[in-house]
Amino acid sequence: MVVVVLTVSMIYALPNIYPEDPSLQISATRGAEVSADKVAVLEQALQKNQLAVKSVVLEKGQILARFSSAEDQLKAREVIAAELGQDYVTALNMAPATPAWLAGIGASPMKLGLDLRGGVHFLMEVDMKTAMEKNVNDLVQIYRTDLREAKIRYSGVTADLLKQQVVIRFRTAEDVAAAKAALSKKDQDMTFNEGDDNTLIASFSEQRLKALREDAVAQNITIIRNRVNAIGVAEPLVQRQGAERIVVQLPGVQDTARAKEILGATATLEFRLLDETADVQSALAGRVPPSAELFYDRNGNPVVLQKRVMLTGNHIVGANAGYDENGRPRVSIDLDAKGGNSMSAGTKDAIGKPMATVFIEYKPTDKKDANGKTIMEKKQEVVSVATIQARLGRSFQITGLDAPGEAQNLAVLLRAGALIAPILIVEERTIGPSLGQENIDLGLSAIMWGMIAVLVFMVIYYKWFGVIANIALAANLVMLIGIMSMVPGATLTLPGMAGIVLTVGMAVDANVLIFERIREELAEGRSAIHAIHEGYDRAFATIADSNVTTLLVALILFGVGTGPVKGFAVTLALGICTSIFTAVLVSRVLVNLIWGQRRGSELPV
Amino acid sequence: MRLFKFTKAVDFMKVKIPAILLSTVLVLGSLFSLFTQGLNLGLDFTGGTVIEVKFEQQADLSKVRNALAENGFADAQVAYFGTSQDVMIRIAPRQELDQKAIGEQVLTTLNTVAETPVTVRKVDIVGSSVGDELKEDGFLAVLAALVVILLYVAARFEWRFSVGAVASLLHDVIITMGLFSVFRLEFDLTVLAAILALIGYSINDTIVVFDRIREMFRKMRDATVDETVNEAITSTLSRTTMTSFTTALTLIVLFFMGGTMIHGFATALLFGIAIGTYSSIYIASSIAVLLGASREDLMPTVIEKEGEGTPSV
Repeated sequence: MVVVVLTVSMIYALPNIYPEDPSLQISATRGAEVSADKVAVLEQALQKNQLAVKSVVLEKGQILARFSSAEDQLKAREVIAAELGQDYVTALNMAPATPAWLAGIGASPMKLGLDLRGGVHFLMEVDMKTAMEKNVNDLVQIYRTDLREAKIRYSGVTADLLKQQVVIRFRTAEDVAAAKAALSKKDQDMTFNEGDDNTLIASFSEQRLKALREDAVAQNITIIRNRVNAIGVAEPLVQRQGAERIVVQLPGVQDTARAKEILGATATLEFRLLDETADVQSALAGRVPPSAELFYDRNGNPVVLQKRVMLTGNHIVGANAGYDENGRPRVSIDLDAKGGNSMSAGTKDAIGKPMATVFIEYKPTDKKDANGKTIMEKKQEVVSVATIQARLGRSFQITGLDAPGEAQNLAVLLRAGALIAPILIVEERTIGPSLGQENIDLGLSAIMWGMIAVLVFMVIYYKWFGVIANIALAANLVMLIGIMSMVPGATLTLPGMAGIVLTVGMAVDANVLIFERIREELAEGRSAIHAIHEGYDRAFATIADSNVTTLLVALILFGVGTGPVKGFAVTLALGICTSIFTAVLVSRVLVNLIWGQRRGSELPV
Repeated sequence: MRLFKFTKAVDFMKVKIPAILLSTVLVLGSLFSLFTQGLNLGLDFTGGTVIEVKFEQQADLSKVRNALAENGFADAQVAYFGTSQDVMIRIAPRQELDQKAIGEQVLTTLNTVAETPVTVRKVDIVGSSVGDELKEDGFLAVLAALVVILLYVAARFEWRFSVGAVASLLHDVIITMGLFSVFRLEFDLTVLAAILALIGYSINDTIVVFDRIREMFRKMRDATVDETVNEAITSTLSRTTMTSFTTALTLIVLFFMGGTMIHGFATALLFGIAIGTYSSIYIASSIAVLLGASREDLMPTVIEKEGEGTPSV
């Protein structure tokens, strides 16, 4: 068993000793897959520019091109970007050069934290206050319509933004009761309470509040992920933290200003009718009718749309991708009350006419204006043109999309247009690449010298048994690295490396306990075999007792810590487990093999 | 090789009152410092901005200060960091709105001072709300760790021992924090991690001693409580100091080679382990004994484990 565990961890620890290749990761925008023929195109382009490439492979819909030097990598990036154009994103990356047979069994090197790789870390907070205000204001509209439809007379509907409530005033108590019955039947997630002076107060239930927050966070994560992918960062991390926060980590990114602009870019949507009277060719020549505007779709085809905007994206409350009854991809869109009204008014006379969805995004450019502020470029694009089949109300569907992936993306874009809750950056950390490498070097030398100090000391103090403890310690380190590489969520950080150093110092504790015990047993006049047996058995209870508490503390630390400190908790916790295994089992196997048969009462301890 | 060779038990219990008095004085002193001048909290807890840059040439701090003051950062603390080319700038938290642009503004300002553009080593910007939360979470974590240990030791041993263990842990934590307060060392998130690790470490020592006390109670039927505890501490002394020594060895390496980010961490643990070793030997058991721990208390709660129950020859 011991041999198997050690071999497995050694194999999984192996990828860490191979260097990394500078490489380029090429993916298509809008989540599409890169087709296989692009590989040959790229190889040709690189050859033409006399750039040596180690390999170009297509994996999981992305192309990974490896180079032998960082210089080639940078040159190739320009060549590839020019060759493939705007529809592809090229990201610089360091791809681990794990041999195929190791990669085949799922072995990969440890993930390094930002403090070791360099990069930017953002902590963003979803601004629920603003989101709730929009929700309350929407409800005011909805209740007015609902009450009018139910023919209940009210004297006023107002929003109480401070308490996040809607207050409806009536003239008679009967109206209050009728309204309460009618409204609560329609909207069961709200709590309705009768107030003073014939008022009805609608407030959000706990579940509703929670659902709203969950939605807001989930939505923002999707948007951020999309934008991060567009920046072209290899292995970005976008993760929820706590109730209202999102962590974004962009390894290798140095230009925080640009990253922030991209992450904070605003996007909106507009729905417009197609101007069918206009001639596309003459519009292209510059003769656009005064009531129309020229747009392009993503393939660059011109589309002429009416100037009048039927609806803007801030009225969207939800969008989901799915399939219609014919199995074609579609996106269903929910609107708020006001949006619903203008949509049904706008489509009343437009049945059978095509309607376009325009996506507008403000993206930062490389140019800066006189004040040093980045010039934002307004990017308008027709994402879909669909025929209106029937009069549209508060919720409607868009069809005529090419692929399920596109529907998925459009849904995200639509939700981005809605953006129910704005986000704020509450924490930002940038680690320069030189500092990252410096930290790695520091950490490695600390581990090495810490290890040497302990090894030497153990041999001096316990002689041959010290050697055994040292072997166990080395095994412990290998196991720890092996497990760190195996566990997907484990990330190595600088405090994590400190945790390894600390583990090295503390791991010998178990052996110290055992050896001291054996010495005592020998002093009491037992034979060698007996002393070994008793020493290990008796010490084990103590070892277990004392390590359980440290493990508990490590778990607490994992819960509280963020980023680098979490890394420390991980190595500490794993280190405790592996050290018990190696110090107790591995060393016992060795001790038994060597001195297990010895008669007499002499041991080199 | 052997450091300790005792023919008979050392009378640790003789000094239990002076030891507790000494510790009380240290704890009160630390608390006094903590309450009067508090901790020099790092960016993680206070919020604000810390920027570390590398100048190509030697940096002129007064120039940097003036340039920053002219650009609205009059409160910036500017200091060398390692060498005279490395500069660290610390700015108190601002309104969230300003916060976002601080990093860029400072860097632009610095580049007007420097002849060649500075290299950014690190930029940390933390909102004050995040810092406040972390303070609360950190406090809760230390509390949770202590409570968990209190319960665990109470379950495995007995409440008097549990109180002794937690009191000695609190003692370690307070005195270590006191050190950071008295010498105005920066207390950041890694130091908090070190304090928690210290709790885990120090309880190790204490439990090893308690384990031995339990065993000795069983072996030495006729001995007094003090004699038994002395015997237990003496026989584990070699192990206690050995483990502390190897751990301290690695921490010394970390202190000198781990770089500035790890400095506070190594300091806290190094000092904490020294204090923790002392408290495991002199304080934890003393408190349990003073609370009236006796042979009978430990006997019925013991769960028989393999090997432990075997009578001595």
